[in-house]
This record gives sequence, C-alpha cells and structure tokens, in this order.
Amino acid sequence: MNKVEKANQQKRKKKRFRLIYRTAILVVLFGAMLFAIVSNVLSEDEAVDVGEQAPDFQLTQLNGENVENLRLSDLKGKGVMLNFWATYCEPCKREMPYMESLYPQYKEKGVEIVAVSVDMTEIVINKFVNQYDLTFPILHDKSSEVMDAYGIKPLPTTYFIDENGVIVERVLGELTLENLEGYLEQIVPS
Amino acid sequence: MGAYTCRACGFENKEGTSICNKCGNPLDVENKKLLNMRYDGRAIRSKTRNQSIVDKIWNFFSSIKVGVTLIAIALVASAIGTIFPQEIYIPNTVSASEHYRDQYGIFGQIYYQLGFHQLYSSWWYMLLIALIGISIFIVSLDRGIPLYKALKHQNPKKHAAFLKRQKLYGEYNNYEQNDVDQLLSHLRKKRYRITEKDGHYLAEKGRFSRWGPYVNHLGLIIFLLGTLLRFVPFMYIDEFVWVREGETEVIPGTDQQYYVKNEKFIIETYGEKEEDAKFDEVISSQEAPIPKNFQTNAVVFQDISENLPGMEPELKEVKSGEIIVNEPMKFDGLALYQDSYQLNEFQSMSFKLHEKDDANEKAMVEFTVDLTDPKSEYTFDNGFRIELDSYYPDFVLEDGMPKSRTNYPRNPGFVFFVYPPNSEEPEVSFLAIGQNIDPNNQNNYKIGLTGFDVRNVSGLKVKRDYTLPVIGIGAFIFMIGVVQGMYWQHRRIWIHPEESKLLIACHTNKNWFGMKNEWEKVSSNTKFKFLQDQEDKE
Repeated sequence: MNKVEKANQQKRKKKRFRLIYRTAILVVLFGAMLFAIVSNVLSEDEAVDVGEQAPDFQLTQLNGENVENLRLSDLKGKGVMLNFWATYCEPCKREMPYMESLYPQYKEKGVEIVAVSVDMTEIVINKFVNQYDLTFPILHDKSSEVMDAYGIKPLPTTYFIDENGVIVERVLGELTLENLEGYLEQIVPS
Repeated sequence: MGAYTCRACGFENKEGTSICNKCGNPLDVENKKLLNMRYDGRAIRSKTRNQSIVDKIWNFFSSIKVGVTLIAIALVASAIGTIFPQEIYIPNTVSASEHYRDQYGIFGQIYYQLGFHQLYSSWWYMLLIALIGISIFIVSLDRGIPLYKALKHQNPKKHAAFLKRQKLYGEYNNYEQNDVDQLLSHLRKKRYRITEKDGHYLAEKGRFSRWGPYVNHLGLIIFLLGTLLRFVPFMYIDEFVWVREGETEVIPGTDQQYYVKNEKFIIETYGEKEEDAKFDEVISSQEAPIPKNFQTNAVVFQDISENLPGMEPELKEVKSGEIIVNEPMKFDGLALYQDSYQLNEFQSMSFKLHEKDDANEKAMVEFTVDLTDPKSEYTFDNGFRIELDSYYPDFVLEDGMPKSRTNYPRNPGFVFFVYPPNSEEPEVSFLAIGQNIDPNNQNNYKIGLTGFDVRNVSGLKVKRDYTLPVIGIGAFIFMIGVVQGMYWQHRRIWIHPEESKLLIACHTNKNWFGMKNEWEKVSSNTKFKFLQDQEDKE
C-alpha cells in the first residue's frame, strides 16, 4: 500500500514537473515567434513613434525676426506640432495653408507649429515661405540629420508632441483641415 | 495488469511502449512480425493521458505529421513565390498592383492580391517558418530524450522473443563457451563495446550516429535564432546613402555618430585603355559603355561632440581610403559598400549678360550660380544687379506652372530679375536647359549660359551583420549532425544463451548490407556463420 502511494506521489511530481517545463518551453518559443513577426511588421518603419520622447534637436530658423536657432527642448511646456516637409512635395504644399490658418488661434492656447524643411537649398524654402506667407517657425534640416534621427521616410510626416515632449500622434501623409484641428486639440497643454 | 505491463517480467511500462523497457520482451505478444525498433520501442513522450491545454499544444507540435505538413506548406508557398518576380525586383516607377496586372494578367493580379509579391517577408510566411522551428524543437525533445534513456540503460539480457523478431537472426545448437569467446574477441577487434549480464552479451558500436538528427536539428534551431537576431537593431544594419562628390553625409543607422565624405568618385569603362582592344567587338555591340571599375575615395568621420542633431558636428577622421565594388570600407563593425552611382549631376552653372541685339553677345557681366547653395542676389561693379527670384533644381512644367520634381539639380531652371544700373524696374528672364524665355518679349538684355560644372553621386550601402557568426555556427552544427547520422551506423548484436542453444540477433539503424558484411567478417573462423534475414523469409 505504502509502495503504491509512493509511486503515485512520484507520478504526480513527474506530472507537475512536466507541466512546468512544457509551459516554459512553449512560452519561450512562442515569445521568440511573436518577437520575430512583430519586429518584421514594424521593421518597415523605424521612425520614432507614438508614446516615445521626441528626440531633441537644434536647427537654423529661416523666418521670423531676431531668431537664429530653434531647439525643440526650448518649447517644453508647449504642445508642439512638428511637420517634416519639402517644397517639391505636393501634399506638403496643400496642407501648409491649413497650418497657417490655425496657427494664431492655437499659438494662444500654447501650441507651437514647427515645420522642418528637408530641401537642399535655402533659396527655394525662402521663396516658398514668402509665397505662402508662413508665420510659424520654418527650420532647415540641411544635413538631413534630424530627418535621420526621426527616421522619416514619407513626406509629409507630422508629429504631435505634448507639453512634456511625449509624442501623442504621428501622421504619415497629408493632413486635412478637420483632422488637423482634432490633432492640435489633443496637444493643447492642460 | 495494464496493456503495458510486461508479461514476462512484470515491469510496468509507460503508455505507448512497444518493447518492455526492462527485459526487452515485445508487448504485442500475438504478433509474429519483425519488431519496429524505432526509438527502441520506447514511448514517445507526447503519448500521455490526462491532457491539460499545455499538453495538447505540446502534442500538436510533437506530431511528425504536423511537422511534415508545415514543411510541405512552406515548400509549396516558397515555390509559388518564384513564379513571378518579388516586389523588390520590379521597376519602382510603376505601382506594384498595376505592374502585376499589366505584365502577368489575371494570374498576376491574384498573385498580388494574395500577397505573394512580398512572400518572404510576409507575416504568414514567417509564422510558417517559426511553427516549423517550434515543431522541430518539440519533436526532437519528445523523441530524443526517450531514445537517449533507452540506449543509455540497455539491458544486455533481452527476452528471447526480442531476438527472434529481429531482422537478422540465427540459432546454433552445438557450441562451446570457447566459440562465444572467439566471436567476442572478433567483435572487440571491430571496435564493438561489449556488455554482459548472466552470460548474455550485447555488442554495440556507432551509437553516437543516432544523435545525428538531433544535432542537426539543434543546428537548424540556432540558424533560425540567428535570422531572428536580424531584428535587433544593434545586430543588423542595412541602409543606403547617396553622397555627392565633395559632400559629407550622415551615415544612416548610426544614430548620427558617423559621417562619410565623398572625396572623389571614379568610373572606368571598357575601351578606355589599349589593353581593352581585345573586347572591341563586344564593346561596339553594346549601346552603353560597360563599367570596368567604379569606386568612391571616401573619408569616414566620427562626431565626437555631444551636440544635438542639426547642430554642427565635431568631426574626427576615422578612416580614409577607396570603396570599390566588393571591397568595402570597414570600421566599428560597419561596412560601406559601393552600390550604385549617378553621373554628371549639375553642381554649378555660369552665365553672362549681354545686350539682346548684340550679335557678338559681348559679356557685360559674368556670374556663377552654385547650385548647392545659390545666392539670391548678384551685384556687379558696373551697376548691374541680378536677382535669382526662383530656382527649380529639377524643373518641370505642370499645368503651366513651373515646379521642381525633386531636391536634386538634375534639370535646373531659373527665374532671373535683371536690374540695369539706376533702375528699379527689373527685366524678367527664364532659363532652363534648352530654354531661354523672355516672357514679355521686351527685354533689352539677355542672359546666356556659358558653362557648367558637374559632379558624380555615389550610392553606398551601409551594412552591419553580427548575425552571420551565429548563422555560421548553426550551419556548421547542422552539417556535423548530417555527417554524424549519414556516415556511421548504430550496430548491435545480441548473444543469448539458452539451455541447449545460442540465439544471435543483429540490428542496425541503416545499411543492412554493411551489417551483413560485418557479420560475415566477425563470424569467420567461428561456428556461427549463418544468420537468417527474416525479412526475406517473409
């Protein structure tokens, strides 16, 4: 009797051990599989994404008076709309007037609009800025370093950053007037 | 007594056992066929009762049928992926959906819709490969461990029924212990290891070849893990950068740590030198020159400042030299490969201003526009002032409006405002390649192109692959496993004395011809010549 009990106990022990080690192996294997598939889906786009801290940078500002350089961290405490664009990019041209029309209203609410141009030459940017009467800061990423730091692929790409410097929204492609207003509303400092 | 209790010795075997783990008596007593020696008759681990959900998942992957099915599906899918070219190989000037439809018709469209155009990076293909990996792992554990245990704790004394149901079997009536000893010494010479219990012998060699498949699977799993590591950014970089002659660019994928400068781009084509005369026939039959060599003379810098992106970096030279096709420049685990080039991109253009009616076009002023950073105004001592009102690096007319297609000066267009001395009223001139337009047709002065400078653009691939050693080790272990399992065999000979006769049985996991041959050699000059091949008998 005692022998049978002992054997049964041994059996139960074995079973528990088996359950633990099988679970552990399955968890590890499925974890690796999930990692592979998720990274593969995300690898298309290595850009800085929602929820991350927006990488700081400093660039030359082309418009505005008495300003030379603008540093992103200088705008801490404000919501920041960070727009990457170029003069040769058609959708960028279309959304610029929307940004300009909403700028005064949201500047008062504590939101700054910053547009980073990845054009090669200053002259084309200046021409564009004058043509569209843009009043928000226009920065020139001449060496494409900031573009590289953010991992920008398509133009335009727009980040909406809250007052703590955390990215709330990222938009790949063109904005419309309506959704632009919605996004700006999200980053008004509380 | 359960179905897995041995009738000969009473040992309680695990469910799924076919040969008693203790005495070797076949558990299917009624059957007289040859024994199935797979896994030495041990229970495969997945064959257990009282299944929890974990056990059920485990058992699913433990099935060879499932594994083979997965491999078959992956094979078929991989094959289909080669019917039409993958998306990365089609021209990138047209959209993929149109390309497949136009080039390959309805089948191309289906192909595209089902995602076969980017099969090898699709999530479901990866899922398939991952499931195969899991299956291989679990199958190996479930079969490898019982087999290892079975072979480690072999009982030399097997039940007579075990021997009688082996493929090679013989019975001998008149023999002496001497004859057995002679046979054993022959076996030792052939490097058999001999174990004994109660006068029963087991001679065995080449057991390690049984681990071949498992070593092989281990290598395969390391290989798959190596490919997984590609997704770790530190381990794997595959980027691309265009660098213009004289320019310094940040190297992508390095967090703005490294920069590369293109000092000079050199291209040589066949036919330039006399030694190429032997190729004249081929060269003249080609429409474009054939490149012989192209290379970038480059300098790599490191930014040693802590500056933010966008601020002037503090560059320290790391390495300089030539980047030639297949001869990359290597530094800090990174390699820069010469990949492609664009020749003769405009760098600057020179103009002169002359009176429109002057037949000799005598220059009144001359100036040069640097296309990488054009000035917006050019003033001259003689009172002329020229404003560059608009600049289009890659000029194109769209709906009557001038615009630039790209960032690069491939087809520059200019709108100049010419202010003659003491005049505030400009004359407008538009210039582009092959175009010189006076929009109002009232200009007194004309701007003419006098010359231009071009430079080449070098395309460099940025590569880092720390996963290669892992993949290499995986592949090496894989090959060891293949060799181990292929070139050796696990051979066993059981010698079983009974009261008046001696039973001998042989088993090998493969190459029965070799086994028979070996038996003939070890049994020469002994009494035990003849072994019956019981498969032939059947």
